Amino acid sequence: MLGKLTWSAIPIDVPILVGTFVGVAIAGIAVLGLVTYYGKWGYLWREWLTSVDHKRLGAMYIILAVVMLFRGFADAIMMRTQLALAYAGNPGYLPPHHYDQIFSAHGTIMIFFMAMAFMTGLLNIAVPLQIGARDVAFPFLNSLSFWMTAISAILINVSLFVGEFSQCGWLAYPPLSESQFSPGVGVDYYIWAVQLSGVGTLLTGVNFFTTIVKMRAPGMTWMRLPVFTWTAFVTTILIMVSFPILTVTLGMLGLDRYFGMHFFTNDGGGNQMLYLSMIWAWGHPEVYILVIPAFGVFSEVVSTFSGKPLFGYKTMVYATCSIGVLSFVVWVHHFFTMGAGANVNTFFGIATMIIAVPTGVKIFNWLFTMYKGRVQMHASMWWTLGFMITFSIGGMTGVMMAMPAADWLVHNSLFLIAHFHNVIIGGVYFGYIAGLNYWFPKVFGFKLNEKWGIRSFWCWFVGFYLAFIPLYVLGFMGMSRRMNHYDNPDWYPWMLVAEAGAILIMVGIACMLVQIYVSIRDRALPENVDLTGDPWNGRTLEWSISSPPPAYNFAVVPTVYGLDAFHHDKELGRQGTHKEFEPIHMPKNTAAGVFVGAFSFLLGFGAIWYIWWLAAISMLGIIVTVIMRSANTDIDYYVPVSEIEHNEAEQSRRLVAQAAE
Amino acid sequence: MAQAHLTTPAGESHGSYGSYFIGFVLSVVLTAAAFAIVMMHGMSPTATIGAIAALAVIQVLVHLVFFLHLSTNSESRWNTMAFVFTVISVILLVGGTLFIMHDTSVNMMSR
Repeated sequence: MLGKLTWSAIPIDVPILVGTFVGVAIAGIAVLGLVTYYGKWGYLWREWLTSVDHKRLGAMYIILAVVMLFRGFADAIMMRTQLALAYAGNPGYLPPHHYDQIFSAHGTIMIFFMAMAFMTGLLNIAVPLQIGARDVAFPFLNSLSFWMTAISAILINVSLFVGEFSQCGWLAYPPLSESQFSPGVGVDYYIWAVQLSGVGTLLTGVNFFTTIVKMRAPGMTWMRLPVFTWTAFVTTILIMVSFPILTVTLGMLGLDRYFGMHFFTNDGGGNQMLYLSMIWAWGHPEVYILVIPAFGVFSEVVSTFSGKPLFGYKTMVYATCSIGVLSFVVWVHHFFTMGAGANVNTFFGIATMIIAVPTGVKIFNWLFTMYKGRVQMHASMWWTLGFMITFSIGGMTGVMMAMPAADWLVHNSLFLIAHFHNVIIGGVYFGYIAGLNYWFPKVFGFKLNEKWGIRSFWCWFVGFYLAFIPLYVLGFMGMSRRMNHYDNPDWYPWMLVAEAGAILIMVGIACMLVQIYVSIRDRALPENVDLTGDPWNGRTLEWSISSPPPAYNFAVVPTVYGLDAFHHDKELGRQGTHKEFEPIHMPKNTAAGVFVGAFSFLLGFGAIWYIWWLAAISMLGIIVTVIMRSANTDIDYYVPVSEIEHNEAEQSRRLVAQAAE
Repeated sequence: MAQAHLTTPAGESHGSYGSYFIGFVLSVVLTAAAFAIVMMHGMSPTATIGAIAALAVIQVLVHLVFFLHLSTNSESRWNTMAFVFTVISVILLVGGTLFIMHDTSVNMMSR
């Protein structure tokens, strides 16, 4: 009846998990209780959970990402604490079985559910507004994408309390991940969570690609596209090309596990080395999927807060496109040591080094944008400067490891861990937080507190160096990754420094929470509230409308006459173009995405535990929901002119009030 | 949403009865030819595989032109560009994988 699921799957003998469960349960009950107490269930359901509005979906993506950041960081600090203790005979507090699950979950959650969700959230918030569109091309698919991501995040966290998680690292290399060596449900949790979220990501890619190609405002030619939208465009292409590879690879691993096939086994004609090649053919483009939109954020931030057009817009576009193409010819650098030989390693090594060229172009573009600009040290500008320093160091260690001969010495050592955290934290995370500080007032109508934002930055910045420079050193000293305990006395002090860095980063995360709390508390203060919709003297179209924008974004679709469209409109005083309002065609909210998501969760859970009746019913539920949604013709409505006129009059009144002050 | 009405519904040119017929006949001929080569045992195994592969590639092109209406005129340029990009990616990925796995099997004697 319940497949493999028995009471013994509940880890009541592991005190850490029981404590976590109690904490999560109390927090969950508190949230549900508060929603019930304030009677907000209807509001939550109608305005958020079933919303197809890209701005609200973007906000929900980022909330999900921040929650997953807490989970991923909890894993990280547990690992650091283990290694600060487990020295010279002390086994530490995490047995290997638990420790292996933690490092696997840390990587999986940080990449798929923190970074990917954050990236998609920023795309949702900024891209349609920047191109003068009223929504994305397929609003229902957008909602569906979000729910696929959200339920996969829940599924992977269920593995904490029901069963176990994968112990095979974040990419589940076979043969360890095959059923012969991992007979438990951990790898199945990994496969289903990643596969289901992959559906959402792929749909997001298709959706935003179509949006950018087809829904740009009149006059917005390709070379007038804001840089963030350009980076989003390249990222969607990378998603569409690379995510199917991930789906196929994990599908084959799943066939091995569920049906006893032999794609990646040691016997029966399998070849686990093919898995390495395939997973990294997705995995390398994946890191560019994450970092390219971060480059876009930095471009917007640097140009806005320097009060100048971006230096070398065209080179920025070409650099982004060439990084996109090059990202597909470098994947061997993740496994130079596999033994593909000098020819293969030389080709992929050189291709890897070439990527440093367009990336260097970008760094210089940002520096020259700041040169002779009136630079305002806004919080997002601090993150950008921190990025430029940190990412350059990470890039240099990357080029070091691009040399196969050098890579052989540090492969799978902590040097590698330090390198990729250097580029992922210093590039991706700093970029997304810069974007959060930059676009927050657009979505919510008030600014984030800057003082706490800058405090959070300094804690992260210094904490990062404290936590990861020791890892570079330890890598050179020969310490390999994923160790549970060690005996070398030379390593011990460095691990203590790294632990201090992790604690400082924790303070940084706390500062971010305080920042959000303080900003919400003080949202009505005149210096925080964003009346004009243009708090930073912005240059692109998203700042030309009110904050928060109406559901339809633009009362009149803007006509674009050049790059930095809004900046030129302000210079030339084109704001007051009086056009007749027309009723606006908009999509209705729908619960179909929530239901497909819920059924997919049950499908995944049923398949993980071999509860086949549950999986079958859920599959049927998905199909029926999709048919019902397809047959529903009541999916759109027109915003009446009176409502648009009312909103526009309100915004004009706010602008006048602001100008009078 | 609303912009969907402002832009022209570009991208899809629908074929005529004639072009579907030509495509169908060509596909049947190419499929029959592949079967014929295998069933008549007229060529060496290597040559047979090469011939079938060549026929398959031609068949793919026939389908693309006659059934999926890929062409270079301006309306379907996006389709063609997307297709060309996909082909390049597939060549890079499949070719790259063959390159890697071949050299690996030579070096590691895994085959």
